Amino acid sequence: MLYTLLAGLLVAFAAPLLYNWLGRYTVFPLALLPLCLFLYFCAQVPQVLEGGSILQSVTWVPELGMNLTFQLDGLSLLFALLISFFGFLVVIYAYGYLGKHPLLGRFYMYLTLFMTSMLGVVMADNIFCLFLFWELTSISSYLLIGFNHDQKESRTSAWQALLVTGGGGLALMGGLILLSIASGSYTFSGMILSGSGEVVTHALYLPAVLLVLLGCFTKSAQFPFHFWLPNAMAAPTPVSAYLHSATMVKAGIYLLARLSPVLGGTELWMTALLVVGGTTAVAGALMALQQTDLKAILAYTTISALGLLVMMLGIGSVLAIEAMLVFLLAHALYKGTLFLVAGAVDHSTGTRQVSELRGLGRNMTYTGIAATLAALSMAGVISFFGFVGKELLYEASLESKVFNWFILGVNILAGITFVAVATLMSYRLFWAKTCHPTALLHHASPNLYLPPLVLGLIGLVFGLIAGLFPAPLLERAAVSILPRQHVHFELALWHGFTPVFGLSMLTLLLGYLLYRYLPGLYKTTPRLQKLYRYGPDSLYQAGFEGFLKEAKQFINTLQNGYLRNYIIYIVLFFCGLMLFVLWRDAPHVNLLGRADIWQELQLYEVILFVLVVAALLYILGTRSRLTSIVVMGLVGYSAALVYILYGAPDVAATQLLIETLTVVIFVLLLHKLPAFWYLSHQFRKYKFIAISILFGAVMTYTLLLVQEHAVESELKEFYGEASYLQAHGRNVVNVILVDFRGLDTLGEITVLAVAALGIFALLRLKPEKGGKP
Amino acid sequence: MEVLLPFLIGTLFSVSLYFILHRHLFKLILGLILFGLATNLFLFVVGGISTGDVAIIPLDKEVAEDPFPDPVPQALLLTAIVIGFGLQAFAIVLIRRVYETLKSNNLDDLKTTDKT
Repeated sequence: MLYTLLAGLLVAFAAPLLYNWLGRYTVFPLALLPLCLFLYFCAQVPQVLEGGSILQSVTWVPELGMNLTFQLDGLSLLFALLISFFGFLVVIYAYGYLGKHPLLGRFYMYLTLFMTSMLGVVMADNIFCLFLFWELTSISSYLLIGFNHDQKESRTSAWQALLVTGGGGLALMGGLILLSIASGSYTFSGMILSGSGEVVTHALYLPAVLLVLLGCFTKSAQFPFHFWLPNAMAAPTPVSAYLHSATMVKAGIYLLARLSPVLGGTELWMTALLVVGGTTAVAGALMALQQTDLKAILAYTTISALGLLVMMLGIGSVLAIEAMLVFLLAHALYKGTLFLVAGAVDHSTGTRQVSELRGLGRNMTYTGIAATLAALSMAGVISFFGFVGKELLYEASLESKVFNWFILGVNILAGITFVAVATLMSYRLFWAKTCHPTALLHHASPNLYLPPLVLGLIGLVFGLIAGLFPAPLLERAAVSILPRQHVHFELALWHGFTPVFGLSMLTLLLGYLLYRYLPGLYKTTPRLQKLYRYGPDSLYQAGFEGFLKEAKQFINTLQNGYLRNYIIYIVLFFCGLMLFVLWRDAPHVNLLGRADIWQELQLYEVILFVLVVAALLYILGTRSRLTSIVVMGLVGYSAALVYILYGAPDVAATQLLIETLTVVIFVLLLHKLPAFWYLSHQFRKYKFIAISILFGAVMTYTLLLVQEHAVESELKEFYGEASYLQAHGRNVVNVILVDFRGLDTLGEITVLAVAALGIFALLRLKPEKGGKP
Repeated sequence: MEVLLPFLIGTLFSVSLYFILHRHLFKLILGLILFGLATNLFLFVVGGISTGDVAIIPLDKEVAEDPFPDPVPQALLLTAIVIGFGLQAFAIVLIRRVYETLKSNNLDDLKTTDKT
């Protein structure tokens, strides 16, 4: 199984190269891959049907429980067959649809990448492995939706799909990790083995379920996250058919099914799935009726169908799971076909608007036949696989222990809509009598009508031999979902004249009536547009734009280009931190208690203090530049005096020298420096004064604290002893600088040298002369 | 004096920050220099100070004997003062150059990267 995925990745990334070599014929090697995969999976069918499941594990990061563990049981195999077979057809179809596109190689790369990651999702047994492939499907879906990257609509939709499904993926990761904590296992098979009772009663059950549901609902476009799916129709049609009806959107359904033995059976699980699924099914059906774009209609019916699947999982009985699996397969077959048909129609006529399409059957006979086969299956006409699915849906609804009228109602409503849409997609487009059939730009090539035709025929054949072929496989799939129950499927086309059959007929009748009424419905649609302003899509747009705007504003406020604002932020943040610590620890400073220190004050010390403070206050008020420099020098020399007072003659000497140098440089450059005048506003001035005083006060308080809680340094003793004995110097400070920390001093000299170079460059080099002196 | 120094340093910090927040380039340099001075003094005081002795071993001794001031903050300060000087000199010249090039001594005119 690992090799199938590796082969997929290899071919995916080789696709652009192959396109360079082979041109349009790239389609052959690329179609060969899904075909081989399909055959490989077919070869596994007998083993799985016997009740076995194939396990394969490659150690990756065992310390974290991350291993590439794959499992192929009934459920996985069903999906894997669907994915590889659809992949094969879509690659061929895409050749007809995008054959002349210059970026066909890239398209195939994305498509193959998607197929591989989707196979990874359904085969993964380890949760991290699943998450990895899950995110890969989101990313490849993003790339595929945004394939027409020169159109703004494509980019926005791709971005939206990525954000919604990616956000859900994040929630899913959290949910899966909580689940692994609750169950003590990193693999699905392990979780199922450990039994659901443990997980369901665990304290982490509620958050785990909510997060997992969020992940699955976003992926499977459940209300209120459904809005990305219709927008994703900006993708080329083969992508819509493959990702957004048959495979990717079913990933959420797959995971729900996979986890239902672990998480299912509780009231929360049931209610959440039934309510969300039901709402989605109804909302999707109602919105499908208001659309006039072929792909939009199909997208909304897909949402509706996904809702039905979720609802069936919510019921969770054997019959409901049977209905879910049959309907899933039937839906994949007919919806894939209809999407491919819509793409062929779009390709041949240049439009997807229902109102402009008439009488296509005359020129697009094969496409029309494919559409009709799929539509009959969608409508649930007897002898088609869709009929089996619909019967089972009705039966499962009637049999449900809770909400059965609600479930049945939703099913019938969705069924009626499906009938109307199916009639629209086949009869109205292809066979309805008209005097003005839509003119074709060109005839559909076999690549465009063969794949849907094959799918449509399978829909019919599966219906006829329902009990023979799909049933055993679906039964194995159901065993994976319900490992602790006895599962036995008997799919049959004809059940006799049961109430369910009556319901089916009623649905067909009502659906046809709805179809007759559709043109009237389209007229009322514009009036409903106002409602969409409050829909999730608009909320998403508003949220997205608001987020960008706020982020921009935030950055503009914070980084507005004014140096002093940056400094204010830094200083205020620092003061805030200090004040917080002071407030939290509330250390005590006892100034008056140190009365002896006050008494020890010498007169010269007081004079020094007064001198410096007076000088500082004076410098604030002066306008003369020369005075400022002189006063600044005075302050510097006073600092040197302080150093002398406290036994640091070296520091004092340095300070004196440096201060002198600074004053000299200042005076030398003074005539070049701009004149003084006051620039600040009065209000700002007060603000700055307040901030400055706050900062000074915080620093003073800090110093007082430090003085009160002085710490002793061991280094002092070490240098005091080692200075003469080891380094043969009597001035301890000098010995540290030139001997013990000699490299630091070298670094210091380097800094000075760099500063000198910079000064030279600034003074001598003229950019207007090309950087020469 | 120990008890007066925190207030001295606090005043120094306040005045220097006020200058730094000023729009005028000249005052910005003044503020930077005073800020460096205040920081050095701050470090000196934080390192622990005492009057009287110096960190020099007398000729008749082989190891320094208490009381002697902690030499480590002093060594750090020496480095800090010298590097601070390098920074100040560079800042003075840079600001002179800015004024020559842009003919402005108002910091607020320098908020974009391009010459206007």
